[in-house]
Amino acid sequence: MKNLVILGAGTAGTMMANKLNKVLNSSLWSITIIDKDETHYYQPGFLFIPFGIYQPEDVVRTKAEFLPKGVNFIVDEVSRIEGEKNQINLKGGRTIPYDLLIVATGANVVPEETPGLKGELWYKDIFDFYTFEGSTQLAKKLQDWKGGKLVINLTETLIKCPVAPLEFAFLADAYFVEKGMREKVEIYYVTPLSGAFTKPKASKMLGTLLEEKHIHVIPDFYVQEVDNERKVLVSYDQKEVSFDLLVTIPVNKGADMVEESNLGDEDGLNFIPTDKQTLQSKKFENMFVIGDATNVPASKAGSVAHFEGEILLENILSYINHLPLEAKFDGHANCFIETGFGKAALIDFNYVTEPLAGKFPWPVIGPMGLLKVTRANHFGKLAFRWVYWHILLTGKTMPVTTHMSMAGKEVEKEEVTLN
Amino acid sequence: METLVFNETKIDVNEEGYLKNPAQWTPELAHELAREVNITLTDKHFEVLNWLRAKHAEGVALSIRKMGNSGIVDIKQFYGLFPGGPLKISSKIAGIPKPVSCI
Repeated sequence: MKNLVILGAGTAGTMMANKLNKVLNSSLWSITIIDKDETHYYQPGFLFIPFGIYQPEDVVRTKAEFLPKGVNFIVDEVSRIEGEKNQINLKGGRTIPYDLLIVATGANVVPEETPGLKGELWYKDIFDFYTFEGSTQLAKKLQDWKGGKLVINLTETLIKCPVAPLEFAFLADAYFVEKGMREKVEIYYVTPLSGAFTKPKASKMLGTLLEEKHIHVIPDFYVQEVDNERKVLVSYDQKEVSFDLLVTIPVNKGADMVEESNLGDEDGLNFIPTDKQTLQSKKFENMFVIGDATNVPASKAGSVAHFEGEILLENILSYINHLPLEAKFDGHANCFIETGFGKAALIDFNYVTEPLAGKFPWPVIGPMGLLKVTRANHFGKLAFRWVYWHILLTGKTMPVTTHMSMAGKEVEKEEVTLN
Repeated sequence: METLVFNETKIDVNEEGYLKNPAQWTPELAHELAREVNITLTDKHFEVLNWLRAKHAEGVALSIRKMGNSGIVDIKQFYGLFPGGPLKISSKIAGIPKPVSCI
């Protein structure tokens, strides 16, 4: 009997457990999945909690209910991967041997990386919304907030769901308009990149949203520290931005055990060097990496994990059968962008093709519009929670191609107005 | 597609002046691109540029932090070499794509 071990029972790990359980011969392979806790959070839902659109209970389930029978689920924290010995050491003291390893340990926000962020103002005037606790605390804060200068700050460029901070800004605008207090709130979007939009077509199609919604953008701001006393962000080149309420997107890091196992990339963020096409680890050939845990230059998002999953399944079967790894991930991502007031935009792109305008998933009929702000896209985003629990996690096939398709995309330059 | 002509060679660039093909880069071109943003390249600048080009060729997503942990410069020194927006400016001079988000 051979052992296939999956580290992490989040989106990517759970999906892989379901896919592999269906295709591997159970008399030859035993599948084990390991995670340090038993709760499965629907992470895309964290965005909606601060504004009361989702309640905390809407995003919480158990991990066990999405894992198939026949897969061993161990609740313990990995202390170290010993790649040379093909074994995992658990904090509880056990050692788990493996023949094939899938690392799906994701990414977490680490506010401690930025001096002053997790100081005396933490969860008083400074909040994150990428955690269950942060988003629920922020919901309470916004209920009674009297207004002032709301600053949304990205501490880093390599973050989970890179559009979520922008969606937060749009939803905050709508929230304060609907509460009748928009004129009491200034919204600033402070980013280390060259702008809120960095790609030409997305800028052209969606760039005007920021002006329409009176969201001020401060680009090229790379925060070094937060001065709690004066309530200002200070950048590495000594620029300052003051705030009354700071919503931070802290530095994202991979799991601590990546560092312990000496498997991380050189930036110290614990993301694992991974072949961007085959998803094989660059260090050990019987180790594959999926989802937010990799260092591949794709977005860290559930849709990416899903598309990677289709490729990884093929490559794992090839690997087991001593065949070349022929399935190649193209960097495909597909993300909704909530823009407030019951509308959303949609983007679909990969390593080489920037988000383009058009219809999705089918040419002409859509029903969803790419790089357009529509109601259909918003309903697509809300429907996605059901799709996530019932189709994506369980490893079923989605009606969307694994490789990005050019069908429905507008390639030639043309003027399209927002509706 | 836009092009710029340098030493009688056509270089393909995008609408913001970033090279479309890193293989068309030469150190001489780097000097020219740096002059446009009022930077005079030193050996230290070239250490940074070469490191960025090597990482880009490996298919790695780049960041200011990663450069700061490279052992070549820390973040403050990186700002000192390429003031204002160090990664976007150095990427342009290094002939690799602009650091972007997904939109």
